[in-house]
Amino acid sequence: MPRSEMMIEKGLTLVDAINEALYQEMERDDRVVILGEDVGLNGGVFRVTDGLQKRFGPDRVVDTPLAESGIMGTAIGLAMAGMRPVPEIQFEGFLGPAFDQLVNHAARYRTRSRGAITVPMTVRVPVGGGIHAPELHSDSPEAIYAHQPGLKVVMPSTPYDAKGLLTSAIRDPDPVIFFEPKRVYRSFREHIPEEEYTIPIGQAKVVSEGSDITMISWGATVFQCLEALDQLPEDVSVELIDLRTIDPIDEDAICQSAEKTGRVVIVHEAPKTCGLGAELATIIQERCFLHLEAPVQRVCGFDTVMPYYKLELEYLPDAARIVEALQQVAAY
Amino acid sequence: MPIKTVYNAQIEHLQILDETGKLDDKLAKDTLTDEQVSYLYEQMTVCRQLDEVAFRLQRSGRMGTYPQNKGQEAAAAGSGFAAKKGVDFLVPCYRENLALFLHGLPMHYVLLHWMGDERGNQIPEGVNITPISIPIGTQMLHATGIAWAFKLRKEPRVAVTYFGDGATSEGDFHEAMNFASVLQVPCVFFCQNNHWAISVPREIQMNSETVAQKAIAYGMPTIQVDGNDLFAVYKASRDAIERARSGGGPSFIEAVTYRLGDHTTADDARRYRDQKEVEMWAARDPLVRLRKYLEKKDLWSEDRQKRLEERAKAIVQEVVKTAEGIEKPATDDIFDYTFAGELPAELQRQKATMRTSSLGQRPEQVGLHAVPERA
Repeated sequence: MPRSEMMIEKGLTLVDAINEALYQEMERDDRVVILGEDVGLNGGVFRVTDGLQKRFGPDRVVDTPLAESGIMGTAIGLAMAGMRPVPEIQFEGFLGPAFDQLVNHAARYRTRSRGAITVPMTVRVPVGGGIHAPELHSDSPEAIYAHQPGLKVVMPSTPYDAKGLLTSAIRDPDPVIFFEPKRVYRSFREHIPEEEYTIPIGQAKVVSEGSDITMISWGATVFQCLEALDQLPEDVSVELIDLRTIDPIDEDAICQSAEKTGRVVIVHEAPKTCGLGAELATIIQERCFLHLEAPVQRVCGFDTVMPYYKLELEYLPDAARIVEALQQVAAY
Repeated sequence: MPIKTVYNAQIEHLQILDETGKLDDKLAKDTLTDEQVSYLYEQMTVCRQLDEVAFRLQRSGRMGTYPQNKGQEAAAAGSGFAAKKGVDFLVPCYRENLALFLHGLPMHYVLLHWMGDERGNQIPEGVNITPISIPIGTQMLHATGIAWAFKLRKEPRVAVTYFGDGATSEGDFHEAMNFASVLQVPCVFFCQNNHWAISVPREIQMNSETVAQKAIAYGMPTIQVDGNDLFAVYKASRDAIERARSGGGPSFIEAVTYRLGDHTTADDARRYRDQKEVEMWAARDPLVRLRKYLEKKDLWSEDRQKRLEERAKAIVQEVVKTAEGIEKPATDDIFDYTFAGELPAELQRQKATMRTSSLGQRPEQVGLHAVPERA
């Protein structure tokens, strides 16, 4: 799809970048099909699939009946039969009905058939809070799916990463959940290559280099971390790592940084207990114990049900909470 | 061996009040009195006013996403009125506000919900409804369970659950219907077929000619009614509810109506549906139809209409004032309803400190009361 003047002049939003990756993969590989609720004529409730049905037709961009288990289960069937489905679940809160299909089937087919049957599909799901949305439109369930062996979980935070990672996900031979942080959908634009490119799944990115503290985050909270860095005294040097892939975790990247700094703060929107931060902290203490100068700190959502939006900003980690954790870790 | 037909089925469609306001007196017998019709017309008008104001509140940033009920007021009114307030139990989704109000939910609760405040779901004692349900089609199972409890306790009560045409694609819908029928519980499944599941029209949502026929597969009495006809909705609902109350098991009602507004304020229906279709259905507006009927019967006048509209405005203004006057909830509310009784230690720490980082939670542990001084 040719880029609009706005995109040429100002760059692409996360929505534009995902749309471009989908377009290019559909052009490149006619096995790629999109299915989901409102993804066709309406172009998705966030307009991520806008224009794709017009270009590729209703057989490749399919408005399905309203049934998440149906979407996921039939996507598995499509994948098993040689297609490259990209199902969309409209919001992370509606993954529930599809959970059985994802966890009990998609994640297990390769292993239980000892490689005879595989499920190369990419499940796109908007994720996270902070957009004043109704109930069940604001959760961060990435750790639940990371805990399930056999699923890869990706969450980009920038248009550049989104395009490259989605392209990799669609080409990946296994099921990938591609979480799209809603708060970033249209929050900024970025100039990215128009030609296709890939970013390997499983590679973290150093957003800004530093030597005193390692801060690890992903998705929308990367921007709260950047905000926190702006508020920090100049003599504290923080290395910010955007995990980008939730599972498999780029252990080398985080351990290299943790060994350098000896101090680590992990920031995520999801509840703290059994969140991904717990796994990261464990990896760090297992591999970098003798390098650590302070206990690894987690700045996370609380261990409660995600509140409705009047209190969501109190729930979500913000720059103030992050700054405080950084200062306490620095001073430890 | 000749091939035999082992099952035959048909679906009836009920209309009592047509689009011109003409009533089928025979079918209308023993349904609603003039007084009840006037009362429900007034309630529908107030509800429409609330809808318009809610839309404007969202547009001006005073409320979050809101799903308009516009065009579906007769379906909510007729069914809600047929259920016994204080006895029966309503299990809604989110497009039948009036049914909830008829059962005693204060109107500002609905606004509070869409203003991002859980207290809009804190249903007052004695109001037999469950809160607005956001996931599609999941609440019908709860209605089956509630009705099951009524049956087990031998209470002459009925659960009425609401959902749209799109929800009948979900697996939970079929499980709820099958359970209800197998267990013969007093449950009424009320489908508001408003033709659109966000952007997906009924015709591509299902290949069934009617929604009502889905109930046949579960051996459940079923009927299709003109959902914009207050009389038809009321009669079908009352019959189904009373059948359930007297031990006749569950029933299904397909109310054929139309979503005159967007799916929610976050949606723009012009992207996917023909304006001509909307206009055609606007002509079948349940409010317009009912007013025509009342005027024909000399129960209504221009003056009465004017006074009603003014009253509706005043009521809604007061409702908005009440909802907006409620102070933002305390952050303790995030934690306090997680479990009954005392919170687990970690939650207590999070609540007291509003922190999850252990150093921030227990600064005294490491002598870090003060934030380090800047260099």
